[in-house]
Amino acid sequence: MKYSPINLGRWLLWGSTAVVFVVAPLVFTSSFALTLLTQMGSFIIFALSYNMLLGQGGMLSFGHAVYSGLGAYIAVHTLNLIGKGAIVFPVTLLPLVGGLAGVAFGVLFGYVTTRRAGTTFALISLGVGEMVFACVLMFPGFFGGEAGVSTNRVVGKPFFGISYGPALQVYYLVAVWCFISMVAMYALTQTPLGRMANAVRDNPERAEFVGYDTQKVRFLQLVLSSFFAGVAGALSCINFEIVSAENVSAIRSGGVLIATFIGGVPFFFGPILGAIVFIFFVAALSGFTKAWLLYLGLFFVLMVLYAPGGLASLVLMQLPVLRAGRWRALALPYAAAATAAALTIAGVIGVVEMVYRLSEQGASTILEVAGLSFDASTTPPWIAFVLILVAGLVALRFATRYFGRKWAEIKAA
Amino acid sequence: MSAALQLRDVHKSFGSTKIINGVSLEVRAGERHAIIGPNGAGKSTLYNLISGRFPVSSGSILLNGENIGGLKPFEINRKGLSRSFQVTNIFHNLSVYENIRCAVLWAAGHRYSFWSRVGGLKEVRARAEETMEQIGLAKRRDVLAGVLTYAEQRALEIGITIAGGAGVILLDEPTAGMSRTETAHAVQLIRDVTMGKTLVMVEHDMGVIFDLADRISVLVYGEIIATGAPAEIRANKAVQEAYLGSLHKEH
Repeated sequence: MKYSPINLGRWLLWGSTAVVFVVAPLVFTSSFALTLLTQMGSFIIFALSYNMLLGQGGMLSFGHAVYSGLGAYIAVHTLNLIGKGAIVFPVTLLPLVGGLAGVAFGVLFGYVTTRRAGTTFALISLGVGEMVFACVLMFPGFFGGEAGVSTNRVVGKPFFGISYGPALQVYYLVAVWCFISMVAMYALTQTPLGRMANAVRDNPERAEFVGYDTQKVRFLQLVLSSFFAGVAGALSCINFEIVSAENVSAIRSGGVLIATFIGGVPFFFGPILGAIVFIFFVAALSGFTKAWLLYLGLFFVLMVLYAPGGLASLVLMQLPVLRAGRWRALALPYAAAATAAALTIAGVIGVVEMVYRLSEQGASTILEVAGLSFDASTTPPWIAFVLILVAGLVALRFATRYFGRKWAEIKAA
Repeated sequence: MSAALQLRDVHKSFGSTKIINGVSLEVRAGERHAIIGPNGAGKSTLYNLISGRFPVSSGSILLNGENIGGLKPFEINRKGLSRSFQVTNIFHNLSVYENIRCAVLWAAGHRYSFWSRVGGLKEVRARAEETMEQIGLAKRRDVLAGVLTYAEQRALEIGITIAGGAGVILLDEPTAGMSRTETAHAVQLIRDVTMGKTLVMVEHDMGVIFDLADRISVLVYGEIIATGAPAEIRANKAVQEAYLGSLHKEH
């Protein structure tokens, strides 16, 4: 291995990622935070595996949950067999079983879906997803119908005190698998196949004229991606101790697409950010408000419109400014934009929450925010929130212009 | 001399429209063969047939004596035939180096490998760097192909075509849209990179053709009306009437 600053940077980056994995549950100690972190870990694997298709191979899939979900089903049955004492297998390696199941289904379905690229691929993946979902409900003997298959992850004798009973042990299991999967998926981008997947994404025709069968490149990329999807599925099976039809559903497939896009499709680390934000919406925000899905949708639409490179592109945009030491010049524009955005968000949330209070039958119309309470059935809070929203939008318009001007100045310098 | 590329009574029609009407052609190993003809004569279609983009309607195409009819483009490429495109056809979102490297990987035997690190493949890097030197883009190594100048993209187009080391090279109007200086530069480049290889090229620039080609075939309305050395073609009455004459009138 050559010693160069680039290699050193890479080691530092991976090293600090590992440290974050180890330290995260020591910083966020509540059991709720631990649940969130564990879910984030397995969803990071899922989103990265999805981006092997969308970002690296140019394949927009509407059915990626098929591979994670079926991987999870195989894992849950394996876990139950271990529990019954029918087979001996360490739970630690259960994700491997999920991964191999993912590969098997990737070979089976991928053979059909990857014959075409582009829109056709997207449509076939949607069809396969619906087909698998229907099959899952059709064979309750294996898939457990609507209720799903439940399991108990605490099986056999503890190994050096590891029983996977405590949530913290499950977190570290997920963290280790997540880290290994991240490194492995990054390594795959650096192989001939990984590079040719990029080439096939950019220009499939030319790839054929330099000797590559684009169908085979897509197929192999999908099979490899299915492995990691299966790993993620098995980890969520261990975490939740239940696998149901929801695991293979179009909702789950759409979720990973949204998460990956929000994070940033063009960048390897984009889906990591996306998975973290997505789980925050799904698992954390959903506890506070019934409108979480609406907020997620709004956020997604705004990202598609204004930041198609995702959160990762927004982060990377700042790097040259930071490196040039010009962040001071941007502090004020940022503060202005943040204030305007906060006003707008407050207005939107106020209006949306009041609408939800009124539309829900029998629910209290009282909205409590930061010690203040509003009654959605009266007029004053409506006027107040609409005014806040309008003020926010107007401020946002000026703030973005101001920001754009400053940004252009700095870029020119 | 043996034939590197041989076309035997090749026909191609799209629906009821006949584009290629029984073309027979023999390109000798190591020669530089130009195909000329007025617009719409079927030159590009002929290329698409040879390189496997379209299947032939009838007739056969032999590469080094082996029938390549019905093979897919990637299979034909693996047998040692590589082509460029009239409209620049490169990997826009990859760097110059990566563009060339893509063209080297299969030929270097790495196929669909997902177990070797591409950065560590020394012979691949050496070949890609050699090619970049040849096409004069070594200094532009890490620039995205999409932001290169037109002339640079045309050079990259040729680079991708030759990087895999194919023995038979098909160039489709390599100097199209270039200035006089750029053209002179491109001719020298083509001469250099096809040294010891068989070259077939479609070209409109008569200067380039008479400068480069050992032999010329004239394609008119889907048929080859003459094949011969540049001097013979220039003197050929039928060619003058069918093609060169009309070209003079145009200009």
